[in-house]
Amino acid sequence: MGSLSDNVAVKKQTNLLGLDRTEYQGLPSTLCQGCGHNSISNQIIAACFELNLVPEQVVKFSGIGCSSKSPTYFLSRSFGFNGLHGRMPSLAQGALFADTSLKGLGVSGDGDTASIGISQFKHMVRRNIPFVYIVENNGVYGLTKGQFSATAEKGLNLKRQGVNKYVPIDICEEALVGGATFVARSFAGDPKQVKELIKAAFHHKGTAIIDIISPCVTFNNQEGTLHSYQWGMGNETPLHQIAYVPQREEITVEDFEQGTTREVELHDGSVVFLKKLEQDYDPTDRWQAIQMLEKAHQNNWLVTGLIYIDPDSPSLFDLYDLPDTPLNRLSVDRLRPSREALDMVNDSLC
Amino acid sequence: MVEKQLDQRNLEKSADRIENNFVITFSTVNGSGSITANTVLLRAISRLGIPVSGKNIFPSNIQGMPTWYTLRVNSKGFLGRVEMDDIIVAMNPATFTKEFDYLVPGGVMIYADDIEIPIPRKDVIAYPIPVRSIIKKMDVPRNLRIYLSNMVYVGVLVHLLQIPLSAIEEALAAQFKNKEKPIQMNLAVILDAKKWAEENLEKRDPFFIKPNYDDKRTECILVEGNTAAALGAIFGGVQYVGWYPITPATSMIEALHEYLPKLRKDPVTQRDTCVVLQAEDEIAAIGMAVGAGWAGLRAMTATSGPGMSLMTEYLGMAYYVEIPVVVWDVQRVGPSTGLPTRTSQGDLTFAYFNSHGDTEYIILIPGTIPECFEFAWKAFDLAEKYQTPVIVLSDLDLGMNHWVSEKFEYPNVPMNRGKVLWEEELQALLDQRKGDWGRYLDIDGDGIPYRTVPGNKHRKSAYFTRGTGHDEFGYYREDPEVWEKMLNRIKRKLAAARHDVPLPVMDMEENVDIGIITMGSVDQILPEVRDMLMQAGIKVNVLRIRAVPFSPQVEEFINHHQRCYVVEMNRDGQLRQLLILHKPEFAEKLIQLSHIDGLPVTANWVVGKIIRQETAIAGKEEDTDGQLKR
Repeated sequence: MGSLSDNVAVKKQTNLLGLDRTEYQGLPSTLCQGCGHNSISNQIIAACFELNLVPEQVVKFSGIGCSSKSPTYFLSRSFGFNGLHGRMPSLAQGALFADTSLKGLGVSGDGDTASIGISQFKHMVRRNIPFVYIVENNGVYGLTKGQFSATAEKGLNLKRQGVNKYVPIDICEEALVGGATFVARSFAGDPKQVKELIKAAFHHKGTAIIDIISPCVTFNNQEGTLHSYQWGMGNETPLHQIAYVPQREEITVEDFEQGTTREVELHDGSVVFLKKLEQDYDPTDRWQAIQMLEKAHQNNWLVTGLIYIDPDSPSLFDLYDLPDTPLNRLSVDRLRPSREALDMVNDSLC
Repeated sequence: MVEKQLDQRNLEKSADRIENNFVITFSTVNGSGSITANTVLLRAISRLGIPVSGKNIFPSNIQGMPTWYTLRVNSKGFLGRVEMDDIIVAMNPATFTKEFDYLVPGGVMIYADDIEIPIPRKDVIAYPIPVRSIIKKMDVPRNLRIYLSNMVYVGVLVHLLQIPLSAIEEALAAQFKNKEKPIQMNLAVILDAKKWAEENLEKRDPFFIKPNYDDKRTECILVEGNTAAALGAIFGGVQYVGWYPITPATSMIEALHEYLPKLRKDPVTQRDTCVVLQAEDEIAAIGMAVGAGWAGLRAMTATSGPGMSLMTEYLGMAYYVEIPVVVWDVQRVGPSTGLPTRTSQGDLTFAYFNSHGDTEYIILIPGTIPECFEFAWKAFDLAEKYQTPVIVLSDLDLGMNHWVSEKFEYPNVPMNRGKVLWEEELQALLDQRKGDWGRYLDIDGDGIPYRTVPGNKHRKSAYFTRGTGHDEFGYYREDPEVWEKMLNRIKRKLAAARHDVPLPVMDMEENVDIGIITMGSVDQILPEVRDMLMQAGIKVNVLRIRAVPFSPQVEEFINHHQRCYVVEMNRDGQLRQLLILHKPEFAEKLIQLSHIDGLPVTANWVVGKIIRQETAIAGKEEDTDGQLKR
């Protein structure tokens, strides 16, 4: 019993901002017990806490579906916009221009991204807006009770739906051929990897796509199906062990012995460390990334990790010449041209 | 076209001269550069202080299809379209024979003499012009010949109509932005053609231009409605434009591209203060604008009917989650792809009902160039004040044609950014209300809540925006009373807008029983309609509606009259429908006059309909037309 009171007395752990983890939490989840999405929400909380992000500096976006409900379950202190089905990328591309110092975080699903939202997804990717875009991918429409999504494997057999006739869309591959500058895949059952990828994604200069296999325990978790826990646990093949390190000086990890790791430096000087596993995988090689995804596809491998990164491509914001003061804080006198300017316009139209 | 044109010219005739009262139509193929020549004439005539309008009737095509441009010169200022031409300049053999159907008796046909088609009418004055040989003799680059050919007819008209050369020179300078080379090249062709005409054409027609240098029109601007709208948005502080190409709205964006770099560099940093982003479709364009509006930017998009169809779901959401955003719909003919290059007012009820569920929008309906400018900045003030979408309904005729207009007036009120709370204001409000603030909480009792926007660093500033049912604090709720209360509060909020939108333009005398109600660009025919009706012994008052919800004045006007003709360019009488929806007893009073052929409605058409109806009402004649509905 003594240990309990000891625990209560222990000062809550805080981050560099002096915030404890609860400041990053949201409302209680109303998703199913055991849903992969809940585990991802927890890793979002952990990543933001560990990255010392000011909650008000994060802006959450989502579309429609079970996944898109989840932004209520983390970061209550952040602004959020639960938009229309498949059309959250356009919202973000409008809103984030208002203050480019904000950190955008989108949570979507496989239906939201790969079906109704495939167009906005691909155009967001090619514009490279700084935005963490997580797909909670379970191969099934949960909120409408179990229809095939566009990522469901051909031949999948679902109650009330029969057998899926169509080949699936690979979100990572779509992102890659669409010019994405950060493409990752993970598995909700591998929380450490999920968290490290999210941390790296927040420090990427452009759009960071993280496709996370996140089993739907209610409608698509049968043994042997590609989006199930059982399959993920048994078949996940990480490309590397990944760790995000905010500052180079802080690296003390004994895990990363000389010669066994790759380092990718992000635009702000932070580093992603990738520990080699069986094969040496270079995530800056786009061609290799596409080949790897194709191979994984042919063999039903659940390959996870940082599939591709180009840390230096200009972001959408780099293509505009905006003031440092956020656009939404510009005073009225900086927005309405003068009377003299209108006189000049009038004269030029005479 | 079938109806005989009434004599609306009120000829200022001295013996055989008709001065400043005629219509010229240029018949060409599109892509041949004729618009430059036509605009030069429009500008030149306007600079001489003479009322003139120009309308381009063009195909949905880039090169080789027939296109017409009509200049109407009218000393009384009656500048709407008319059905028949006094002068036709025919450069297109494909439509040559057909053109004669549109020429008044005694009219003039100026044509390229290589059109070897017999003239089908004896009552016209024909002037064949050796366009090709005039151009051939000149030292002009071969690739420019086709464009410069149009200047040949300008030169011929300078001679025939006796247009002072100085006006043409000024117009060329304005047209080519003072670039010496094109000015000289075009002027040389005009002078050569004029010389040829002087030596070879015997003037047999009565049409003349007579300058009126004292007229204030010499000070007017010449501009398209879409450019006026873009400039209005710029002076309204637009900060974000998400858009997708569509005729006839695209030129608004092109005008933004032209003027933003000149007008909207931040005075402090010299950087850009407006983002223009071409989206992948209209669905994304509105999504971007809604996102930007949510985050506190003055956001807009510009589209036409098909694009607004795609924007429907986000518009409904913006209404319900209370986001300011401005949507310009430059209307073209629908449904479907319709007639993409013809004009219409067919999107009114669509704009009004644009969403599933119960919604309503503030709709602004400019009818003139100054209103395109004014409503463009005003739309942002209304959108931000009421935290709601504002739809501005323009049309192709207004948006894409050049109009002679008074100069733009600087906004007469400061920007209204609405109830936005930054850190300090939020803290003050929280202190005042003991911590009780919610995004959708009606604190002031006017139905308009206070909002914060992303980037606010106050730790109580954030809230969650959702299209699902929510309470006053933005939390998800399915409770019946919460839903009902929220939706009714939004309705209450917008009820006040009725007193805040642009008032109708009214021209009203006592003891007149008949009214005409209309909207938008139908404005251009109203003086002529009244004048013609007056000549026929019918006095009318006129009301032009400029916004929905309807101002109280609209109701007063209808109440004041025995009957009102509602003139609009759509099939089903959409304005009439909304007026009846507003007050069902209006149904008896409102007579539908719908013009739907894709061309701007003419005074002649309206007057013909009204005279027939009035005659029928007077019991002298049964109305068998079937097009008039009572």
